[in-house]
Amino acid sequence: MSAPKTLFDKIWDAHLIDESDDGTCLIFIDRHIVHEVTSPQAFEGLRTAGRKVRRPDLTLAVPDHNVPTSDRAAGIEDEESRIQVETLDKNCRDFGLQIFGMDDIRQGICHVIGPEQGFTLPGTTLICGDSHTATHGAFGSLSFGVGTSEVEHVLATQTMIQRKSKNMRVTVDGELPLGVTAKDMILAIIGEIGTAGGTGCVIEFAGEAIRSLSMEGRMTVCNMTIEGGARAGLIAPDETTFEYLKGRPMAPKGGAWETAAEYWKTLKSDEGAKYDIEVTLKAEDIVPQVTWGTSPEDVVPITGAVPNPSDESDESRRNKMERSLEYMGLEPGTAMRDVRIDRMFIGSCTNSRIEDLRAAAEVAQKAIDKGRKVAGHVDAMVVPGSGLVKAQAEEEGLDRIFIEAGFDWREPGCSMCLAMNADKLTPGERCASTSNRNFEGRQGPGGRTHLVSPAMAAAAAIAGRLTDIRDLD
Amino acid sequence: MEKFEKLTSVAAPLPIANVDTDMIIPARYLKTIKRTGLGEGLFANMRFNEDGSDNEEFVLNQPAYKDAEVLVAGNNFGCGSSREHAPWALMDYGIKCVVSTDFADIFYNNSFKNGMLLIKVGPEELDMLMDDAGRGANATVTVDLEAQEITGPDGGVIKFEIDAFRKHCLLNGLDDIGLTMEKEDKIASFEESHRAAQPWL
Ligand code: SF4
Repeated sequence: MSAPKTLFDKIWDAHLIDESDDGTCLIFIDRHIVHEVTSPQAFEGLRTAGRKVRRPDLTLAVPDHNVPTSDRAAGIEDEESRIQVETLDKNCRDFGLQIFGMDDIRQGICHVIGPEQGFTLPGTTLICGDSHTATHGAFGSLSFGVGTSEVEHVLATQTMIQRKSKNMRVTVDGELPLGVTAKDMILAIIGEIGTAGGTGCVIEFAGEAIRSLSMEGRMTVCNMTIEGGARAGLIAPDETTFEYLKGRPMAPKGGAWETAAEYWKTLKSDEGAKYDIEVTLKAEDIVPQVTWGTSPEDVVPITGAVPNPSDESDESRRNKMERSLEYMGLEPGTAMRDVRIDRMFIGSCTNSRIEDLRAAAEVAQKAIDKGRKVAGHVDAMVVPGSGLVKAQAEEEGLDRIFIEAGFDWREPGCSMCLAMNADKLTPGERCASTSNRNFEGRQGPGGRTHLVSPAMAAAAAIAGRLTDIRDLD
Repeated sequence: MEKFEKLTSVAAPLPIANVDTDMIIPARYLKTIKRTGLGEGLFANMRFNEDGSDNEEFVLNQPAYKDAEVLVAGNNFGCGSSREHAPWALMDYGIKCVVSTDFADIFYNNSFKNGMLLIKVGPEELDMLMDDAGRGANATVTVDLEAQEITGPDGGVIKFEIDAFRKHCLLNGLDDIGLTMEKEDKIASFEESHRAAQPWL
């Protein structure tokens, strides 16, 4: 009998085309998503070399990073952004690729639309020129974020050159307490392992608390795997996965569905499979999280306070902390709940799906019931992950709740997650954000980001400062 | 791709851990459809003051380091986004080699694909190189890829590891896609059996 395999081993082996003596491998790529920012130079490379796209049927394109989230009728005002979006259109026409253009209701953030369409499937390899490609791992798809050269490589050959990563498993046992979400779980995990904790690894998330998550929650967890430094995140597919996928436009149908599902059920780690690194957390210990610094690992419970650099013995860490605090304009010892905010952003591929919007709308509804609204000094924007998410939210009346409570309801896209379009923080502005990165300048030069869950973000907007969601009732 | 063999240059010290890709090149510089010209945005938020003038304190703005081709940086350099604009910006600015104790995976891959050498050294070696780099214009280092050695200003030698395939590609300036296309037969036969095994894909 062969040695027990991890889920990662199984998917890897099923895609291995060739392996050299030094461990360099060539693997086949089943699915590829292309967006406007990291692809133009790849298509240019193909043209220069006179190459074609090997399998146009395996690639899906969508503009998301640059698109406006205000009324689209006027087109894109910023010339450079417009050129990028138009270039993607043209490249897709020239190379015969399917694209969900800006006016298509299916348009949205690349990591939201893949799963939504059933383009993302268990047991596949998937790549995209975006680091948060790890999101798709929620379906048991081995998904890598890559750079433009690799985008070009996959377009030309449908393969990728890579060495096999190490196996890491993060187990979250038990049940999440009330008011604690998938976002809090992944922030707590990153706080535990650090931003480089997963370097060189593919992380499999396991344990009861992971299994109990909805697909939306699992995507939130896998999405931020990259913030822990790992190449990819994986969750074994199960009934929750199949239920989500069944009937999606690009998912297999009829007999093909049955055959596929049979295979997908085998996609789990074998008993006794070996992991190079194992980390275990208890779900009961996780409380709502919030970041205080400029790295996702700079995280504390909302009940905590801004840490003091002088308590840190490691010099380089101490320097980093001091730098972060200066940038964030925070004093050590300040209670997180006393931190006043100017802006709030609900959106990004981490938290812009229907469930995220429902959680935030629930908080907004409670506020309305108590005669409250978004605090007067706070500008709060809600950006759905895709046109279809937006339509569903409107069908459920969530948009009206948001608008009544004083939130700004917008068109889908990456928006203020990375501030490439018109949505950005101005220097010194402080934002409670459901996105994934609190890096210096990420949401606009000089902008200050506190990462939180959607419910926590909505609560912060209403209170005008960071708030413990559990205090609301 | 240009070859990388040997390089002698002043090394610029950047003793910050977790230098992320948004620091290396902020998103507002990504609105280009070209690979060139990105040096302009390199470390923009640190390199320039709010009014657009040079921040004299930033290492690359100091006269001693104006022509540095080597950067010595804190741990986990290049974390964050997959944007290849990060190595493009470094290369376009004139940085050809970065030394650190560790690099984020995607950035590491992206850099080699553009002919930039990233060298991983131990924490003590990094401290030593950081000190040497701090001495400015008189302290040059030589990076020899073939020999896998960094020679410091006082003649001390640090050996480094690099995997054979990357080294080979860098030394010869080889393009990955061309190499992979030579394996067309293998790809085609894999494709066929893969389709048979998972016909729904
Ligand atoms: S929402 Fe943010 S993290 Fe996600 S793909 Fe867009 S820019 Fe990247």
